[in-house]
Amino acid sequence: MSALRGLLRKEIVHIRRDPRTLTVLIALPVVQVVLFGYAIRTDVTNVRLAIVDPMPDHATLDLRNRFAAAGVFRIVAVVPRTENLEPLFQTGAAQQAVVFEPDFGDHLENTPSARLQIITDATDPNTGALLDAYASSVIDVWQRELASRDVVSALRRTPRTRVVIVPQTRMRFNPTRESSNLFVPGLMAFVLTIISSLMTAISLTREKETGTMESLLVSPLKPWQIIVGKVAPYLVIGFISVVTILLEALLLFRVPLRGNVLLLLAEGGLFILTSLSLGILVSARTSSQRVAMIGALVGTLLPNVLLSGFIFPVESMPAVLQAFAFVIPGRWFVEIARGIMLKGVGLDYLWQATLILGVTTLLLLAASTRSFKTRLE
Amino acid sequence: MHRILYLAQAEVLHVIRDRATLAQVFVVPMVQLLILANAATFQIRNSDTYIVDLDRTTVSRGLVTRMRASGHFRIEEISSSLDRANEGLLAGDVTLAIVIPHDFERNIVRAGQAPIELSVNAEKGSAAGIVQAYALRIINDYAAELSPEAAGEADARHPARIDVSVRSRYNATQNYKHYMVPGILVALVTLIGTLLTAQNIAREKELGTLEQLNVTPITRGQFIAGKLLPFWALGLIELALGLALGRLVFDIPLRGSVLLLFGVASVYLFVALGVGLWISTLVETQQQAMFVSFFIINIYLLMSGLFTPIDSMAPWVQVVTQVNPVRHFVAISRAILVKGAGPAEIARPFLILLTTAIVVLTFAIRQHRKVAR
Amino acid sequence: MTPEPVSAAASAKTDAIEAKDLTRTFGGFTAVDHITFSVRVGEVFGFLGANGAGKTTAIRMLTGLLTPSGGSARVAGHDVYTESEAIKRNIGYMSQQFSLYEDLTARENIRLYGGIYDLSRAQIRERGDRMLEQLGLSAVGNRPVRDLPLGWRQKLAFSVALLHRPRVVFLDEPTSGVDPITRRQFWESIYETASSGTTVLVTTHYMDEAEYCDRISIMVAGKIAAMGTPADLKHDRGVASIDDLFVQLARPA
Repeated sequence: MSALRGLLRKEIVHIRRDPRTLTVLIALPVVQVVLFGYAIRTDVTNVRLAIVDPMPDHATLDLRNRFAAAGVFRIVAVVPRTENLEPLFQTGAAQQAVVFEPDFGDHLENTPSARLQIITDATDPNTGALLDAYASSVIDVWQRELASRDVVSALRRTPRTRVVIVPQTRMRFNPTRESSNLFVPGLMAFVLTIISSLMTAISLTREKETGTMESLLVSPLKPWQIIVGKVAPYLVIGFISVVTILLEALLLFRVPLRGNVLLLLAEGGLFILTSLSLGILVSARTSSQRVAMIGALVGTLLPNVLLSGFIFPVESMPAVLQAFAFVIPGRWFVEIARGIMLKGVGLDYLWQATLILGVTTLLLLAASTRSFKTRLE
Repeated sequence: MHRILYLAQAEVLHVIRDRATLAQVFVVPMVQLLILANAATFQIRNSDTYIVDLDRTTVSRGLVTRMRASGHFRIEEISSSLDRANEGLLAGDVTLAIVIPHDFERNIVRAGQAPIELSVNAEKGSAAGIVQAYALRIINDYAAELSPEAAGEADARHPARIDVSVRSRYNATQNYKHYMVPGILVALVTLIGTLLTAQNIAREKELGTLEQLNVTPITRGQFIAGKLLPFWALGLIELALGLALGRLVFDIPLRGSVLLLFGVASVYLFVALGVGLWISTLVETQQQAMFVSFFIINIYLLMSGLFTPIDSMAPWVQVVTQVNPVRHFVAISRAILVKGAGPAEIARPFLILLTTAIVVLTFAIRQHRKVAR
Repeated sequence: MTPEPVSAAASAKTDAIEAKDLTRTFGGFTAVDHITFSVRVGEVFGFLGANGAGKTTAIRMLTGLLTPSGGSARVAGHDVYTESEAIKRNIGYMSQQFSLYEDLTARENIRLYGGIYDLSRAQIRERGDRMLEQLGLSAVGNRPVRDLPLGWRQKLAFSVALLHRPRVVFLDEPTSGVDPITRRQFWESIYETASSGTTVLVTTHYMDEAEYCDRISIMVAGKIAAMGTPADLKHDRGVASIDDLFVQLARPA
């Protein structure tokens, strides 16, 4: 056992002597959380709105004020013609435009209908859909008010009832719809993958590349001891990272943690093991550090970021990728972490995901130890 | 000077001969492009929805039919089990649960208005918002349909009714890939420019070949030019490949001038290369180069509006992104390809890119020393 | 860091390398401690010392790779502080680490360095062919250098360092890890080079190679502990071999 301890100590010295990598390892979780908290958001606010109003009258001005007062919109330009809009859209100065027809107010009072056009920059389809919804709702509300106002001027109109269905919406589990609440679990998966898979792969292949692996093998250390010795420090760093991220999330962004913290940490530990075994597997297949890095990147990091539901929802992906996502450990961990943090559920809901993670880990460990041994012996 | 060409020639040979580099330059980015473009979407496909119809009248059925017909929702109805709906939300099975209460029809007929309950699984993030928007739109339209006016009474004294037409510019098919691919191309070019450069020069440091070059009379400028030239060309080749792939596989629009895009890319690459060069002066080994590059590129990409809109970011972050060259190139790329913008419209971000290129390169060249202090 | 100008009247014309109180510190550690020596044109000068004695640091200062912390030095008539680029035009260098490009062929390496030293295409081709012939590498000139055995690689690196016919050539441990026969061949090449007027400064930790040099210096812990011809040193110190002399010097350190 003392041989193992010696190996551990050497590994720690290695890590300490490489301040640049160490800095990145420590800074990474911190920076990521900040970035995700403040930068990665999908809420739409402060919409830049342009108005095309060829003949302003009391009606158009009224509706224009409505938009300005809605709080979501910011009127950036008022132009007389639709042709003026193109450069505004192309430079991004405007995201949406409301186009009144000439004689809008007149038509409104004296004809069956007046025409209005909403033009939205739908380059980003989601934002486009949201913008449409916002604008439409402002117009709807204004219409309804006009209708009820007309009730008052009874002499001019026959009061008309318009059917109104009143939606009562509850946003479950994420009432404030803070994007940060959603990203934190995925962030943990991301950072842990880097630390566990990437670093492990590189550390092991570095020994192979410099030839020191051979001297390790010739020593009385058994292969499993070598692996444990090299990998254990990253287990610790991984745990520290998880705790760091959690603390940041809880303190800085007030992300909820409705479930059991211990369960979360335990699942975190399980995921670290999964990532570590992936890293070992990657390193077992190659002796070149660079190939290991690329392999780890493509094989672990990218899938974990893209296909885990971290940023992009899994349901939105084509079926092929959704199926692929099934075998990606990150996807399960994200589900588990979100469940614990946001919904406050326990193993009763999460046992399936946990089981999958556990089985995956065992399989990977078996595959990697076998691969490791045959390569070296 | 000829020295630059000799160095560049040797550099090209390096790249061709090294299989790992070739894979990194050609294979990995294309694979990334394909996967990323498919995965990176917030587009809502069929959202699983529970509808609990506690009313079971013609009017309530009418709403259910409308929602089914819209194609946005995959509807599973549960007769009267609110618990099931709740469970579904908890388990993450559904994005939306709608409860049509008792007396729905009665309230509409009698009072002209009725409540309806929507529970949105906000865990799904922006999907939740979109789904809610769709649902509300359908509900609104249905309400309009139910209004007596819909019966088509030709009363000249109708109250004001606004005919709203909605036009979506630039992405009529709402294809998320058209939005993502131009941005992803920027990411790929950045990776080549920065990561590869940093890695390459760090490798020379590690192997000692850099020292051998420092001992020759080659000047700092000649060395950097000779080194960066091949990567600059590679970056542009990468862009071309990516564009071709994007066009062939995803049918991305090419509304603006592709030549203009390449012109901007040429300038942008100087920034990326400069950053790579600067990173190489900070590190001693390849591994460190990879790590630091990755770390920095990661920050750039996340703050670039590539994955999530700049407009959604916290205000102070938006200000910070002004110094992020990736942000500007992503905006330019989207403006040119998707919106068909020309030189006038992209002038401002382009000028920022140009300035950044000059500053970064000057700084990086200054940092790189032939003689150690 | 005050560069002291070496008096112009002194040996600036006759000495290929001159160092006076040359010093280099790294933080608190002094790697090269006020060394003073000079090397005449056409001499083969052996820079001996144990690993870590400061030899490589000294060479890096003389080749313009590292700025000295103190003292002065001139190489090929140029000052190391102010004219490092001029020095580089006139010197060749073979580092301890093999520093040709392993994935390029011998010819491609020759072409690269020839080009950097501003040789014409014709010159590059001519000298390259001759070099490969002399080394017996003509047949494998188009194979990646990593395919060549160690001894050939070292010889190739040596030849490339001389490609542009420099006035002074610095060789840092050129024979480490090489078999005895190749070592002897190496030294024959070194003599040849010196006899044509090129000054050679060689570092080595093989004390027996000292016998091959015109003059040697022995560095111990950053200082020059002994300097002179091998014969004189042995005679003055009463030792049978330079190896014994080294042990004598290194023991108190």
